[in-house]
Amino acid sequence: MPILVKGLKMLQMRNVNAYYGRVQALKGISLHVLPGEIVCLIGANGAGKTTILRSISGLLDVLDGEIRFNGTRLTDLAPDQIVRLGISHVPEGRQLFGPLTVIDNLRLGAYQRYRRSNRSQIQKDIEYVFQLFPLLEARASNLAGTLSGGEQQMLAIGRALMSRPKLLLLDEPSMGLAPMVAREIFEVIKDLREGGTTILLVEQNARMALSLADRGYVLETGKIIIEGPSAELLENREVKRAYLGKGRKGFFE
Amino acid sequence: MGGSGILQLIFSGITIGSIYGLVAVGFDIIYNCTGIINFAQGEFVMLGGMIMISLVGAADLPMWISFPIAVFAVTLIGALFERLCIHPLKKPSILTLIIITIAASILFKGGAMFAWGKQTFSLPHFSSERPISIFGATILPQTVWILGFIAVVVLLLAFFFKATMVGKAMRACAANRSAASLVGVNVKEIVLLSFALSAAIGAVAGIIIAPIALMDYERGMILGLKGFSAAVLGGLGNPVGAVVAGFLIGIVEALCAGLLSSHYKDAVALIVLLAVLFIRPSGLFGSLEASRLKKF
Ligand SMILES: Nc1ncnc2c1ncn2[C@@H]1O[C@H](COP(=O)(O)OP(=O)(O)OP(=O)(O)O)[C@@H](O)[C@H]1O
Ligand SMILES: [Mg+2]
Repeated sequence: MPILVKGLKMLQMRNVNAYYGRVQALKGISLHVLPGEIVCLIGANGAGKTTILRSISGLLDVLDGEIRFNGTRLTDLAPDQIVRLGISHVPEGRQLFGPLTVIDNLRLGAYQRYRRSNRSQIQKDIEYVFQLFPLLEARASNLAGTLSGGEQQMLAIGRALMSRPKLLLLDEPSMGLAPMVAREIFEVIKDLREGGTTILLVEQNARMALSLADRGYVLETGKIIIEGPSAELLENREVKRAYLGKGRKGFFE
Repeated sequence: MGGSGILQLIFSGITIGSIYGLVAVGFDIIYNCTGIINFAQGEFVMLGGMIMISLVGAADLPMWISFPIAVFAVTLIGALFERLCIHPLKKPSILTLIIITIAASILFKGGAMFAWGKQTFSLPHFSSERPISIFGATILPQTVWILGFIAVVVLLLAFFFKATMVGKAMRACAANRSAASLVGVNVKEIVLLSFALSAAIGAVAGIIIAPIALMDYERGMILGLKGFSAAVLGGLGNPVGAVVAGFLIGIVEALCAGLLSSHYKDAVALIVLLAVLFIRPSGLFGSLEASRLKKF
């Protein structure tokens, strides 16, 4: 087992290239996440944010380059093995199991841990998720497909937490949500970090993401063009112009 | 023909229809997990029947021992088929996979002809052959066995899918394969399981029908076709619909054979199927919404 030392890179991508067919979606991406950090990826539609998360969680095979998590190479592992290492991915568009109940979606989140001896622990984790998102508890036996957009996002996050991840990958958690609900989700993300979960966050809403994150990477057509601490990015002229323009007020204002 | 005559036909329709339903459930399980139609499904039925007949006839084993051995053997064949022919492919297209299952069905049939020859075999009934009379019609005790086994299989499957974690993982794969892998389900394992499970169900169907339907190396094709019709009629991917549609096809078929002519019997399933699909493209019990997302 690799030893966790503060300051040691938890996740590291080096020179990663990825393709969809012949289209190159990632061009030499290098980034890292330290334990306990919130790191955000910002960029326009089609910049490759989702593709980065998909290549970390093993949904997409990367052609070359290297991705390591606490020292373990992820590049040749299947998604279920990557979950076992402690990475959980909340995909874009929620991707719930619509015909299954809310509680079964949560239980499936703990699929790798399901053993008779773990029953009570898993039950406790479900209660923890209900504490984070009280709305879900009332709908526990409803089908996931019948939830509202906000509830679905809460369930998607809750399901991902059920594997007790060390690193949580969040893809546009505020997409399509009313400002109130989005704020609620962001509050939970803050709480999660306080609880020790490391987070890699993808957001369209750059101001909101940067106000939450420690550091950020700005992505353009598959390349990282700017990186740095959030405070720096918020002051960066290029970032201001392209992503923090006047019409782009965050939900916190 | 009087009422009891009709009832008699309905009974025989229910008997054969339940077999179609079971075969259809096998189609649905694999379809749900992989999106492919396994055209070798009928061969699992044939193999179940033939292996059972060999164990009881040639090996002289008692029925209750032969039954689980035959089911196990066919389950193994289904699993091996997946591991050898489906699993090694990297990112195959749905069409490629379907053609593989067609090739496999031809291979299974050829293998069966090689092993058992072309003659037709029969299996003794599970208990007495004395008919039981109900409302002036009669049914064979074997029919009761068949319905009993169907009930057990359906209940076990319902329990498996509703109450066990692996069953839920299978439904999760059917609902959203990539999301299933993101929660840590090994999708390739689930696909293997779906083939094994479908093979086992097919084998049970072949074994319980063998005493009244006789078996030969070619029997799988027509049973597979009828089962496929039931699966589509029931709304592809919907096992409950499949069982109901199986009964429906069996009954219509038996009525047609009794009242018109048995020559048309085999065409009936397809005519019913085409008629229903013409009106409701998603099948009787499939939702239109879901059918739009399906590749078939
Ligand atoms: N399944 C796919 N097949 C082919 N090309 C794809 C696929 N998914 C994404 N792409 C392409 O890869 C590039 C990066 O897409 P990606 O989804 O990573 O962008 P994104 O930054 O997440 O955008 P958005 O903000 O719209 O979610 C885009 O040019 C997109 O068109
Ligand atoms: Mg995206």
